[in-house]
Order: sequence, then structure tokens, then C-alpha cells
Amino acid sequence: MQVPAPVEYERATSVEHAIGLLERLGGSARLVAGGHSLLPMMKLRLAGPEYLIDINDLHGELGYVDVGAAEVRIGAMARHRELLESDPLAEVFPIFRDAERVIADPVVRNRGTLGGSLCQADPSEDLSAVCTTLGASCVIRGGAGERVVTMEEFHRGPYETAVGDAEMLVEIRIPVRPGGSSAYEKVERRAGDWAIVSAGAAVWLDGGVIADARVGLAAVGPNTTGLPAVSAALRGREPSEELYERAGVLAAESCSPVTDMRGSADYKRHLAKELTKRALRRSVERV
Amino acid sequence: MTTVDERPAGFENNDHKPVGHGRMLRKEDPRFIRGKGRYVDDVQLPGMLHCAILRSPVAHARIVSIDTTAAEAHPKVKAVVTGAALTELGLAWMPTLSGDVQAVLATDKVRFQGQEVAFVVAEDRYAARDALELIDVEYDVLDPVIDVRRALEPGAPVIRDDLDGKTDNHIFDWETGDEAATEAVFASADVVVSEDIVYPRVHPAPMETCGCVADYDRIDGRLTLWSTSQAPHAHRTLYAIVAGLPEHKIRVISPDIGGGFGGKVPIYPGYVCAIVGSIVTGKPVKWMEDRSENLTSTGFARDYIMRGEIAATRDGKILAVRTNVLADHGAFNGVAAPVKYPAGFFGVFTGSYDLQAAHCKMTAVYTNKAPGGVAYACSFRITEAVYLIERIVDCLAYELQMDPVELRIKNFIQPDQFPYRTKTGWLYDSGDYEPTMRKALEIAGYDELRREQAERRACGELMGIGVSFFTEAVGAGPRKDMDILGLGMADGCELRVHPTGKAVVRLSVQTQGQGHETTFAQIVAEEIGIPPADIDVVHGDTDQTPFGLGTYGSRSTPVSGAAAALVARKVRDKARLIASAMLEVSVADLEWQKGAFHVKGDPAKSVTIQEIAMRAHGAGDLPEGVEGGLEAQICYNPENLTYPHGAYICVVDIDPGTAQVKVRRFVAVDDCGTRINPMIIEGQVHRGLTDGVGMALMEMIAFDEDGNCLGGSLMDYLIPTALEVPDWETGFTVTPSPHHPIGAKGVGESATVGSPPAIVNAVVDALKPFGIRHADMPLTPSRVWDAMRGVPRPPV
Ligand SMILES: Cc1cc2nc3c(=O)[nH]c(=O)nc-3n(C[C@H](O)[C@H](O)[C@H](O)COP(=O)(O)OP(=O)(O)OC[C@H]3O[C@@H](n4cnc5c(N)ncnc54)[C@H](O)[C@@H]3O)c2cc1C
Repeated sequence: MQVPAPVEYERATSVEHAIGLLERLGGSARLVAGGHSLLPMMKLRLAGPEYLIDINDLHGELGYVDVGAAEVRIGAMARHRELLESDPLAEVFPIFRDAERVIADPVVRNRGTLGGSLCQADPSEDLSAVCTTLGASCVIRGGAGERVVTMEEFHRGPYETAVGDAEMLVEIRIPVRPGGSSAYEKVERRAGDWAIVSAGAAVWLDGGVIADARVGLAAVGPNTTGLPAVSAALRGREPSEELYERAGVLAAESCSPVTDMRGSADYKRHLAKELTKRALRRSVERV
Repeated sequence: MTTVDERPAGFENNDHKPVGHGRMLRKEDPRFIRGKGRYVDDVQLPGMLHCAILRSPVAHARIVSIDTTAAEAHPKVKAVVTGAALTELGLAWMPTLSGDVQAVLATDKVRFQGQEVAFVVAEDRYAARDALELIDVEYDVLDPVIDVRRALEPGAPVIRDDLDGKTDNHIFDWETGDEAATEAVFASADVVVSEDIVYPRVHPAPMETCGCVADYDRIDGRLTLWSTSQAPHAHRTLYAIVAGLPEHKIRVISPDIGGGFGGKVPIYPGYVCAIVGSIVTGKPVKWMEDRSENLTSTGFARDYIMRGEIAATRDGKILAVRTNVLADHGAFNGVAAPVKYPAGFFGVFTGSYDLQAAHCKMTAVYTNKAPGGVAYACSFRITEAVYLIERIVDCLAYELQMDPVELRIKNFIQPDQFPYRTKTGWLYDSGDYEPTMRKALEIAGYDELRREQAERRACGELMGIGVSFFTEAVGAGPRKDMDILGLGMADGCELRVHPTGKAVVRLSVQTQGQGHETTFAQIVAEEIGIPPADIDVVHGDTDQTPFGLGTYGSRSTPVSGAAAALVARKVRDKARLIASAMLEVSVADLEWQKGAFHVKGDPAKSVTIQEIAMRAHGAGDLPEGVEGGLEAQICYNPENLTYPHGAYICVVDIDPGTAQVKVRRFVAVDDCGTRINPMIIEGQVHRGLTDGVGMALMEMIAFDEDGNCLGGSLMDYLIPTALEVPDWETGFTVTPSPHHPIGAKGVGESATVGSPPAIVNAVVDALKPFGIRHADMPLTPSRVWDAMRGVPRPPV
């Protein structure tokens, strides 16, 4: 059994309470949501917070998945499993269900949260790629109130986010536009493993022409990467295999994978292309 | 799961328990299923303390100084022990299973990342672990030897400067077969094919890590050790030798074990640390390693770099095989194998084929990696041997453009050639290979699969069919040839029938999940007709069982299984004498029908084994010269190994865009001779096949150039899940072993040995359109993609 270093523990009863504790305890405190990223790091003694503030009791307050006509709002405490099982969410953004089917395993999905996933900011994290693909924005709350940032602003580097020491992520907002669909493709070495590479795509069609398209990649750069160049190349064109190929090539060119145990940089670049093509093709088929 | 033999009705309820061999649920399962197993970590003793081990962060360094003051000052710490302290006790170094020495705690240098440097004994597990961070070690970092191919280069850092006069990293050279005869055959052969084949370093990765509870009683000098041991008796003798404790004062208890796969054969420094901790503090001390410690410091397996060569005629008659092997043994030579077999049973690399000549040359070297070279379900290196021959035969099939099945069948040793002496000296006891191969072809629908493959290939799809055929050598072994540190590999067994006809059988082998409590009860039941439910199987406690060498190398059924059958026959022989008195006829007039003796020609006149048991313990007279009681004991020394075989067929599909391999089907036809409990055999086969998928597709203990282990957690060292394996399709043939009392051969490792080549052969077959003849394991998507582009890279 791997054992963590000593740590003080408190359960927050409301968002205000949690923020109040963070303000008082400062940088030596960490929120714990599902704990599936933080606890393994503590057991390996890669993380050693002095205080843990457990926010699982805030699930009632922050566990919602609200699918509105113009916007989807998801609370930071929504669990992987809830995202997987939400039919209304799968209806507007099938990419969520695609991704959740291949994130970890049921045990992890029962506890792990959307907020924890985004705040962990692991470059291979799947939900960050999903949110990047969908152009989500993140609602961060602190003692002084709320601010809203884009995914690009949210992720500042591997394991680094815009959330300050005394702040927490409370909500994700995703705009809903007509005529769109989305898809997620992931290659892993084994079920439940982190991505070697994954690619999300979302397209919006207008009269058979791509009105807008977005692609997001995981595991091929310091953060999950949005690809404006791909969007630019797709907009205003009719979907075709050649177009997907072109988008795939652009995706491969604009990422920066490194060689590791999961695969060589060349292979990952190849996957960025292949999976971008597949995700785009599937998104268009789904519209 | 699909299986070819049928399940009798009522099987699910265990109503139809056979009195003897046959399919029945496992007697031990209720306690495992209900969470009532008792593992080492479940042992709690009053006043028990906890041990944690400080390990080296670097692969190769001189220890400049160790400061333990802060750790000793921790309020919950009871003792901090370093290599220097162990040196005073004469315990800093211990013998390995292969005649080398290994540091219990490093004294001079650390030689691999994860090596034991100091240990702490504290009131709880947390405090022990916290205190490790208070120990200050200064290291003078040295260049490590990581690439095994460079270990013997002049000027390479010398790892084992602790050994007198050692100036290089060479451990041993080993040779088998006839070099000149082989060269002569190769020189005149039509076709010669050679290939460089790597079997990467992998880890047994049992669910339960290693650990122990040591309880030393200062008053009577007795040591009780609960430990994760596959070989409790051998361990006890070794502790007596290492620690100088008298053997009769040591009791080793190996309770329920959560998987071993060979990884729990060696004695690890942690066990010795816990013992020393208990001696020093006078309290029981528990040490349980964590997952990372298990993966980075306990015995690895494989790590052979092989050049295989095969010579044949143009029409596919295989003439000779030879190989050159470079073996990476890590920092200490800790191979667990019989003493005269430094390369284990790798000598069976000639496989299932009738050859004219064979030769192998091997060099083993030290590197700055964890020591080991243990089993991992490999039957002493047969996994490597079978992989080599089955891969190289496929390379030959590729060159001859011959079907790999046809090539194999053409070269099989024929039934009338058994017992068959191989060109490397092994005496295969029995085998009838072609029917086993044919059965696998039939279950798989081989011809249809090849037709489907042709169609799919025509549309650019990548489908592969891989075949392997293995012969194993298990059940070590005849004591004249085989011993571990001087301990002969024979097994004791005791059987006692109680007055009411219930029985207890005591074994020296120790189960780690193989179902011994059921199988051995069935073996005894078959011989004396007492139902398995009435037979208690006692094992894993040196105070309660006779001496024997333990469970590994698929030896339990071939050795202890034979002992159990013979001890039961001994009891039956005595029962016969008593029955003759009870029925008042001569022994010659008695007939045995499972469970009872009756008078020949008069079945109504009979006595059951239960009645005989009561008489044996009763007040009445017994025949002349017969003592009371109904029990016997035996020590079985096998005459030869047993040689199970099998034919495996694997079907894979590869995604041409992502290079992901999907194992679509896997057919395994095993011949392990007499089948005691077919369900348990299937369970063993399923496990081994899953292992095979792991090794072939994802498992590898890799290192970076500084010697950092890259496989230190189960997030990095991947083992397969249910989603990576297909529904196994199993079948069997039965070729009994002629020298085993019930004709049984071992099966525990067959599938681990036989499956990797079938899977790799299938992947390589799928990649045939790319002109690929070989690609090394693990065939991760990235490495398959490399192969598709014509640049298959060795993994190390
Ligand atoms: C075996 C395994 C396999 C996995 N496989 C995958 C996979 O394939 N793909 C994938 O994407 N993920 C995978 N994960 C990660 C999993 O999805 C995690 O649950 C998730 O990344 C973190 O969510 P959590 O709620 O558990 O976060 P926690 O571990 O509780 O927290 C993670 C970090 O976020 C911070 N945090 C949490 N909530 C908030 C908040 N509301 N505001 C501010 N900071 C917050 C914490 O302080 C901590 O620093 C895997 C995990 C495991 C254990």
C-alpha cells in the first residue's frame, strides 16, 4: 500500500465555505473532488498538500448538467458517469458520450469530476480536449466574485490553470448552435489508459457547407490544443474526404508531441492526422 | 467462454462432485469470494511494528554517507538500520538462488534504482514511511550500465566491484548442443534464415505484492515468519543458512497468496529486514512492499536478446537450429533455477521438431537494473525458448512461402519416436503432436480463416492468423540432476485417514491461486475413494507439512501430485491388508472398486474405506504385522520431467490507420496428459493466455539511459484487462506421461509459454503485405506502426 504524508482534512459545506477555507489556508491547501488524480499523486508523494478541502458535499450544488436551447451549463462537480449517462447532453454534444466511454474505468468514472479533470490540466486529459473542441468557457469563483475565461486562457501549461490559490472552478458553459454535431476519437494502449493521442471535432453545417468547425487534440502538446488553422481551412467548404485529409495534415503540423512510453512523436503526429480525419468525418455524418 | 468438452448437468451446484478426477468447483473459492481469504497483510499481532525501506533513487552510485539522526528522532520510530549496522551482524549480504550474493542493504554502492539502502521500524506504516524522508543519504553518482549490448565493452563501468578481482560485467557463458555438428548442417543446407529476436524484460506483477510478518521470540529463540512465499520449506532452510538461526526454531507460514508467477520464489532483502527488525526490537514486524517497490525491485523475468538461426531444405524439412543469446541479469545474479541450469531449461529451444543438430551459446551479464530472472510462469526460461523457435519457424515459413501449419506438421517429432532424446539432451517423455494441431485447426476453422484473410487483404484490411506449437519441460526434477542451493527437488507428502474415514493430506507445495486444495483432494480421492469434500489439504506451513521445494515451474502436479497419488496408494495397500482380515479372504481374492474392497466374484461381500479406517483405529485385532492407524508418508523423486504440449491459434485484426491490434479469437488446445479437474485446467489456461496478450502487446519494464525504471506503476506497466482479451476457445487432447503415477503433466505455465508467439505470429502475418518478417514485443500501436513503415525497432 502506498501511503501519503500526514494531511489535515475538512469537508466544505458550500462554495463560500470552500473559498473561505482556501483564503484562510493559502497555498498549502488543495481542493479534493473525485480524488482520482490528486490522491494517487499524494500516495506517490508527488503532491503533499497540508490541508485537503473535500468538496464532494457540493455535488448537490454543483453536480448539474443543464442543457438549454442556447447554452449548456455543467457544474464542476458533475461526475464522469453523469456526463456519460446524460441523454440530453448526448443529444446536443455526442462528443461527451464518445469521450466518457473511453475515459478510465467505471470505478474512476463514478467519482471523477469535470472540474477535477479540467483543473488537473494533464496534457492527456480527455474532457479538456472536449471542452476545447466545443469552445467552452470556464466560470471561476473567488472571494471577490466570478470571472469567466476561455479554455485557452484557462490552461496555462501542463498542470497549470488560471484558477488562483483561493479560487475554484464552478461551472463550464458551452454555446449551442444549430446544425452542428461532434465526435471524439482516442487511441490508447489499453482500455482505461490515458490517450496516446485523442482528437475531438465539432462541425456546424449550413446548406451543405461547413459554417464552422473546431478540432481539439489531447496528448500532443503542453495542454490540450485548439487548432484555429484547421477551423480556418474548413470554414465555407463542402465536407469531403480531401478536406478531412487537409485538416488532418494541418492538425499533425500544428501539434508538438514528444516520444514517451506511449509512443513515438512521429506516431503521435500520424495519429493527430488520422484521428482528426475520423472525428471530422463522424461529426459530419451525425449532423 | 467456449470450451469443447461438455459440462455435466448440475455442475453449477457442485452436486455431482466426482469422487476423484473430474469437473468440480474449487473448495477454496467460498472463502475468496466472500472476502475471507487470509493473506500476509491480514496478519495482525499484538504490539506489531511496521517496516519501510529506503531505496536508491539512482541506478549506480557510491554511498558517501548516511545520516539517520532525524529519522531516529521521529517519535514513532523504534529502529533505523543501515548496511553498516547489518555488516556488524554479518547480514549485509545474502546468497542468491544461483550462487551469487546480493546486498540486503547497500554498504558500498547502490547498483540499481530501487535498491534497498536502509530501513525504518515504526509504530505504524505511515510513520515508517514518513521517517524514510528524514534519512539523508549522500550519493556519488557513477555511470550506469543500462544497454546490455554494451555491458562487456572494454571500459564499461564495473558494477560488481564487491566481487574479488572482478574487472568486467561478465557473469557466465553457457553452451548446449553440438557446435561443430550444427555448423556442418548449416553449411550444407539449402535455406538458412536468421533473425534477431528480443524478449523484453517483463514483471510477474502479482495482485498481492511481497511482504512478511516476522515474529522473533527472544526467550526461546524461535522465529515465526508469515511470508509471501512460493517455497516455504526452501525458504526456511535458506534463512537458517543466512541468519544462522537453527532450522528447527524457524517456522515459515505462507498463508493465502495473491498470485506468485515465480516472483515469490526468491528471498528478497525486505524479508531479511523484517526479521532483523524483529530481532532488534523484540516485537513482531510487518513489511509489505507497495506497488512501485514490487515493480521496480522484485524479480523481473526474460530480458533475453536472441539471434535465432534455422537451417532447412527447400521443401521445408527443418535440419538444425542454433542461437546466440545475451542475457541481462541485472545487478545481482538472482536467477531462480536448478543449480546445474544457469539458463534454466532454455535448452528445449529445439521445440517440437525432429532435428539433426542444435546449438546454443549464451552469455549472461550484469547491468544496473533490478536483479531477478525469475520464473514469471516461464517454466525456467522455456517461455524464451518456445518464443525463439516458434518465431524463427515462422520466419522460415515466410521465406519458403509455406503455410506455417504445414511446415510445423511436416517437422513434428512422430509418436513412435517417444521417448525422444533431443539434440540438446532432453528426454521428451511422450507426445502425439499432430492430433493436437489438427484439433486446433478444426476449432479455429483454419482453412476458412485463410480464405477470409485473402478476401480482406484484397480490400486493404489487415487480418492475421498466428500459430504456435509448444513442448514444455516441467516438474523439476530428478534429484540426481536438479537441486536449488543443494536442496534436491523431490517432494514429501503425508496422508492420514481419520477413524471416521475423513482424511488430511499434507503437501510441501504452496498454492498461489492454482486450486491445490481441490486438485490434491481429487488426486487422493481418485486413489482411495474418499470424496474430495472429506479430504482436507494442508499446505504452506513448515511446522505442519513435510519437506519439499515448493510451487513454481509447473511442478506441483508432476512432483507433489505424484507424491499424493503414491501416498494414497500406500494407504490403500495397507487398507487392503485390513480388508482381507475383515472379509476373511486372502489379499489376492480382493478387488478394489473406488472406495471399497470386495471379494472377487461376490460384490455383495465388501468393506468401504471408511469401515476399514474405523477398524484400523479400533479395538479389534489387526492382521499379523500390521500397525494400527491408516496413514502413510512418502518422498517422491521424479524419474524425469513431464513434457506437456499444445497448439495455439490466434486471429488478430489491425486497424490500418491507427495500427491498433485487436485479438479477435484465440484457440488453445492443450495436452497436459491426464486431466484432474478440467475446470481448474481451463482456469490456468485462461490466465496464461491473458498473460500472453499482456506480454505480446503491452508489457515491458523499460529504463531510460540513466537507469530510471519507466515501469514503476500499473499506469506505466500495463497489464491487460477483460477488454483486451477475446473469449478463449479451449480444447484438449490427452497423452499421459508414462512415468507419472497418474499420467498427469503440469499445465500452470503452458499458456504463458505458448501464447506470445501465437500472437506475435498473428500480428506479423497481418503485416505481411508490408513485407514484414519480424517485429519485437511489445506490439504497442506505436511499434506496430513503425513495423508497417518498414522500420521495426527492437524495444531495448
Ligand atoms: C486509473 C485511472 C485512469 C484514468 N484515465 C483517464 C483517461 O483515460 N482520460 C482522462 O481524461 N482522465 C483519466 N483519469 C483521470 C480521471 O478522469 C480523474 O478523475 C480526473 O482527471 C480528475 O477528476 P477528480 O474529480 O478525480 O479530481 P481530483 O483528483 O479530486 O482533483 C484534481 C485536481 O483538481 C483540483 N480541483 C478539483 N476540483 C476543483 C475545482 N472545482 N476547482 C478548482 N480545483 C479543483 C484539485 O485540487 C486537484 O489539484 C484517470 C484516472 C485514473 C485513476
